[in-house]
Amino acid sequence: MPQSNTEYLQILPFILMGSGIVISVIIEMFYKKSEPVLGWFSVLLFITVGFVSLASINDSAVLFNNMIEVGGKPAIFNFIFTFGAAVMILSSMNYISKYGIYFGEFFIIVQSSVLGMMIMAGAKDLFMIFMGLELMSICFYVLAGLNRKKIQANEASMKYFLLGAFATGFIVYGIALMYGSSGTTSLPYIFENFSSLISNVLFVTGLGLFLIGFSFKIAAFPFHMWVPDVYQGSATTITGLMSTGGKTAAFSVLIIMLSAVFANNAANTFEPYFAGISVLSMLFGSIVAIAQDNLKRMLAYSSIAHAGYMVIGLAAGNQDSVAGIIFYLAAYTFMNLGAFGVLSIIEGKDDTLLDINSYAGLNSKSPILAAFMALFMFALAGIPPMAGFFGKYYVFIAAIKSDLTWLAIIGVLSSVISVYFYLRVVVYMYFKESTVNFSIEKNNTGLLAVVISGILILVFGIIPDTLLNVIISVLNF
Amino acid sequence: MTSIPLEYYLILSAFMFSVGVTGVLIRRNAIVVFMCIELMLNSANLTLVAFSSFLGNPIGQVFVFFVMTVAAAEAAVGLAIIIAIFRNKLSVNIDEINIFKW
Repeated sequence: MPQSNTEYLQILPFILMGSGIVISVIIEMFYKKSEPVLGWFSVLLFITVGFVSLASINDSAVLFNNMIEVGGKPAIFNFIFTFGAAVMILSSMNYISKYGIYFGEFFIIVQSSVLGMMIMAGAKDLFMIFMGLELMSICFYVLAGLNRKKIQANEASMKYFLLGAFATGFIVYGIALMYGSSGTTSLPYIFENFSSLISNVLFVTGLGLFLIGFSFKIAAFPFHMWVPDVYQGSATTITGLMSTGGKTAAFSVLIIMLSAVFANNAANTFEPYFAGISVLSMLFGSIVAIAQDNLKRMLAYSSIAHAGYMVIGLAAGNQDSVAGIIFYLAAYTFMNLGAFGVLSIIEGKDDTLLDINSYAGLNSKSPILAAFMALFMFALAGIPPMAGFFGKYYVFIAAIKSDLTWLAIIGVLSSVISVYFYLRVVVYMYFKESTVNFSIEKNNTGLLAVVISGILILVFGIIPDTLLNVIISVLNF
Repeated sequence: MTSIPLEYYLILSAFMFSVGVTGVLIRRNAIVVFMCIELMLNSANLTLVAFSSFLGNPIGQVFVFFVMTVAAAEAAVGLAIIIAIFRNKLSVNIDEINIFKW
């Protein structure tokens, strides 16, 4: 039973999202041409939920017997999820008919996956982490294979499903061991007794398995093997959501679980693990991406590298690094969604026009798209005025504060390597003659999505300190 | 009558989990891989129930219901995916499903 009726008011974002899903199902059933209606309805729903969450940013509360947290840090994550998903829906509206998945279900499954992400970000109980994770993951398995006649989509979805379920196995077994050694699944209780639990072998094994499972979900190096294939095989805009929303949600859970480790001020037990996977992901992602000609695959490897930069923050394990990760995730979400948005506008039927040669001379075909693509590439590479630079900067500074200077140096080196393949796209767009003949279809909503992401990246890049202070003010440890 | 000690359950479930992990890594048939994943989830269920009974605390048993429900949903989606790929390729061998290469 809730302690009071105000709890229902505080949990409003979740209720809105859930009822939005139900209403979407009803619209899908009764309208013959439900797809355009559902698209705009989803955008409206996401923006409403985002603003309702942001409105409660200053009154954080833990509701329903320590089950879920609203306001504060979850509010920022909800903003990233819902606005990211709104941008993704905008760029999908025309794209999904080109890709052959013009179904109303598409929007409903995206909404459900966003609800799963929101539950993960607010979780205060291992139950909620598990349910949110599964709600998100199962929706993603379906989204990856939504075009069931297409063999690439089948393959992507099967690889995603098998490895995702494998990771879930680790997470559930880890949760079982943590439950056994602490006698509860409630995170506040576990955190209270953390200093005694951390010497318990069973608990540490459980937490370790849990962290390995989530390393799959964030796509860090030894657990990355599904990423390139899944990202290449799924529809472009869906890849955009999986690489941003899914990664952000997994990081939100890692931050929740590790906040106890960070707060205890003891030596960060998992520092060697995180330092190791971050070095491997950064270097592997950056070096292999150089060899890629398919831009979707290139962005997949770059997503592995970005996971590596963010994990530096987990290895550093102080308040600044967590704030840095959250800022980085917000910046990364919009720059990646923007890049995938441009890709989805240019992409032709049957996965054509995704290789770098199609981008040669793009400036003469569509100066706007070329300019925005250049902006996103500069942002991903971490060139100063854009948000991507400040994300990396905050994380590296936090690492140096925690005496992990060597990790920050490897991070900078790996960013330098990554500049090569990001700028290669820019060079192709501006300084090469077009070799492939195609015309770009008119796609106003897609362009709108690209413009919104571009503006957000510039805004994040112009006032990073203000945003970082907002993030630090809601971190309570 | 003496009851079976907790360690026995833990060792059995750890063994089941290892069998599941090994199976996922070495088997090549998608259905068998999927079965091994279910084995991993069920070993976690066994651990949860054993701890729940040992601690005299019902949370673990409730969790098992959630895990079973989610596993059922996952099975529905997973088998649908495997059927979709079988229709296109007439095979569910993971080694043959390799369009993407780097």
